[in-house]
Amino acid sequence: MSTTVVPTRSGVGTSARRVDGIPKVTGAFAYGSDLDAENSLWGFTLRSPYASARIRSIDVSAARRGEGVAAVLTADDLPARRTFGLEFCDQPILGDGVVRYVGEPVAIVAAESLEEARQAALAIVVDYEPLVPVTDMEEALRPDGPRVHDFGNILRHVHIVHGEPDSVEADVWVEGYYETATQDQAALGPEAGLAVPASDGGIDLYVATQWLHVDRQQIAPCLGLPEEKVRITLAGVGGAFGSREDVHMQIHASLLALKTGRPVRMSYGREESFHGHVHRHPSRTWIRYGAMRDGRLVACDVRLLLDGGAYASSSPAVISNASTFAPGPYEVPNVRVEGTVVYTNNPPCGAMRGFGAPQLCFAYEGAMDELAKKLGIESLELRLKNALHTGSVLPTGQVITGTAPVREVIEKLQAIPMPPDEPASGRDAISYPGGAGNVSRGESLRRGVGYAVGYKNIAYSEGFDDAAEATVTLRLGPDGPVASIRTAAVEYGQGLYTVLAQIVRSELDVEDVVVEPATTESGSAGSTSASRQTTMSGGAVLGACAEIKQELAKGPLEEPITRTYTYHHRPTTELDEHGQGDPHVGFAFAAERAVVEVDAELGLVRVVEIAAVQDAGRVMNPQGATGQVEGGTVMGLGLALMEELKLGDGAVRNASFTDYLIPTILDAPPIVSEFVEVPEPGAPFGVKGIGEMATVVVTAAVVAALRDATGLTLNRAPATPEDLVGIRPPATTTGPAPVPDVPGQKAIPEYLGMGLGQQELMKAREQ
Amino acid sequence: MKIHTTVNGLEHEVDVWPGASLLALLRDELGLSGSKNACEQGECGSCSAWVDGELVCSCLVPAVQADGAVVRTVESLGGGDRLHAVQDAFLATGAVQCGFCTPGMVVAAVDLLERNPEPSDETIREALAGNLCRCTGYQKILDAVHLAAAELAS
Repeated sequence: MSTTVVPTRSGVGTSARRVDGIPKVTGAFAYGSDLDAENSLWGFTLRSPYASARIRSIDVSAARRGEGVAAVLTADDLPARRTFGLEFCDQPILGDGVVRYVGEPVAIVAAESLEEARQAALAIVVDYEPLVPVTDMEEALRPDGPRVHDFGNILRHVHIVHGEPDSVEADVWVEGYYETATQDQAALGPEAGLAVPASDGGIDLYVATQWLHVDRQQIAPCLGLPEEKVRITLAGVGGAFGSREDVHMQIHASLLALKTGRPVRMSYGREESFHGHVHRHPSRTWIRYGAMRDGRLVACDVRLLLDGGAYASSSPAVISNASTFAPGPYEVPNVRVEGTVVYTNNPPCGAMRGFGAPQLCFAYEGAMDELAKKLGIESLELRLKNALHTGSVLPTGQVITGTAPVREVIEKLQAIPMPPDEPASGRDAISYPGGAGNVSRGESLRRGVGYAVGYKNIAYSEGFDDAAEATVTLRLGPDGPVASIRTAAVEYGQGLYTVLAQIVRSELDVEDVVVEPATTESGSAGSTSASRQTTMSGGAVLGACAEIKQELAKGPLEEPITRTYTYHHRPTTELDEHGQGDPHVGFAFAAERAVVEVDAELGLVRVVEIAAVQDAGRVMNPQGATGQVEGGTVMGLGLALMEELKLGDGAVRNASFTDYLIPTILDAPPIVSEFVEVPEPGAPFGVKGIGEMATVVVTAAVVAALRDATGLTLNRAPATPEDLVGIRPPATTTGPAPVPDVPGQKAIPEYLGMGLGQQELMKAREQ
Repeated sequence: MKIHTTVNGLEHEVDVWPGASLLALLRDELGLSGSKNACEQGECGSCSAWVDGELVCSCLVPAVQADGAVVRTVESLGGGDRLHAVQDAFLATGAVQCGFCTPGMVVAAVDLLERNPEPSDETIREALAGNLCRCTGYQKILDAVHLAAAELAS
């Protein structure tokens, strides 16, 4: 698609102000949790206290008699389909005979006030027969252990063989074992929305989510309604980071609204939020690189295990992503990857910024540093020697046809000056590790520097056509032309709507651009995830503008011109039996350098500075782009140093912001961010998505810097004070997890014919 | 129980449940939803407001404690179409993404600048340490406070 960019005051390439900025700073912006309607009820969810249990009976009689109670529903009251799921319908709307994780919804209540709903939920008597849960991902692989689902504990296994990994001769081998913890997205806005029963028997749902149409596709069959009677409008979204890809309160609130005939609002508290959305998969990775004396990589063998928790969510796609990126952004001719995601009775895991890539980056970059040490080659030099480039062949056999400026990203990072050295003593106490805690005067201070390079795909993979529709209208206003954009794409803070408005301003030379509310009345724009919306919805808006420009070429604007355009990315393919194919649309790369100070006695860390370079194709909004790098960096820094959802017998032990720590402004370092702008062929404006890459690499970079500072092994993220003072030894393993016996590369629920979630949506589009 | 309270200059007589927080009073009774509920235990600062001039997490203050008090919220800042210098600085520097933390962050920043018109990086970090943001990585929030300080000084 060719484009002519007409520079305007706030068009493409400028740091245009956010289109939703003013209501956000005044407090007027309406998030899901701010919504209310006349005569509304509050909904509340009763959740399972057991990781695995049979439900013998549920007595709701006392709850139904409760003050202010309008409805109490259990699985027995469900009107239609009883399960839902993003990719496979394996998740009960309400605990149906069994519960499989702590926090699984068992009953829902609607009452006049939130407190009355909560009290009624407490009055529900559930008779559980506790079962032995599976809470360890390696235990889940044992054939003789308990089963999470009747069909077993394997959710998907991905097998990739490229070259001849079994007969490689290498001068040097390194082997490593790495673990990452469960991370929570911890979006500040809770899961929330409002369901309003409509006069046609349908439902109008206002909700904070990531993809309106895939929500509707899951909700409608569970309500027994045709899709056109489920109309969804996007509510204000208080952050997402993957946590809103799965349905949370949507079906529950709609069921209660249809049952009572009254609007129902639901908004999770923080503790409930930790139970009410999926998390980042904890991982165990066994990795082995073989190299020649000159540093050339010749082999990589990776065994990878992810804990998917009780239900599938997007785990099948996450394991595929993670497996295909396993050897890192390097040319390796001989590769074997065995990647497994298992069901356990832990809380479900799914999408989170990076989508499987950060876990692997932590492993392959750790191993690359080991290899560099063993070879006596400077660590970035080793990476440059093996860097992917356009034309490189990936372990899946996919040839990179787009840009792959790995060398450029690394070299630009090397050119960023190091932060100045600081004296060990005599500084303001707040500048030491431990900072405002005032615990140091510079004793046992050790400085370290670490690097990581990584990459991730843009948009959906493995043959999925996640097309995006957008409509643009140009009309004459009282003071000149005005434009409006209608899209179902979700803005959750990353700045999509601002970028779409910038595209229209540049293309149609109009300053006044309005983005209309996102609803299911528009065609699907696909998910706001996978760093895809600037490419996909940007491409759709650009396409609509191009058609309007053709119309304008015929004569001056008189009547409004409206054009709808659907953008498709290039087709991709599934993986064959050897994990070969053309699974990904394109890739974006990043490199970060972390400089840290460690107080070796207290195990406290100060991140002195992060330098970040990202392959962006084209920077659409410089301020928004650096904002993505800075935010993504601090989120990944959280996983490096402090963020870990602690599970005991399957229960979340730290479901609060007191106990699950995310970085504060005191933890956040200065971040120097730069971009490599090599246009991606075929992409609108040559753009690449930028939301995830910083998060992919920074965890590995920070822990590498901690290793450099302390000389410790540190094979686990987060690296906590216990690790840094040596109280807790490195994570150990008895050897790689066994490769499960599976019928093929697809997710097991697919072989069993369980309803295909997102896939079904796309098939419907094709018909 | 019945309380009398002044919120953003308006006097209210409200019947509140004794277990209700000031945040619930603001949001559910008075319709002031600019103060956000994100943690319910004073960890995130999204509900920051002033009670008799003191910066508080309104989720930790019982509503009954607002009896006879003067409460100010984010809705009191700016006026008409005019933004407060801090609000404008947050937009100018790109310190807003999802925006859920923003009202609380803005209130805490205004409070800081009212006490200290020229804060250093360290002072800003200490003052905003009780306000969590998950989107921005905080760098642009620091920029915003510095910019607002400069704007207010000129």
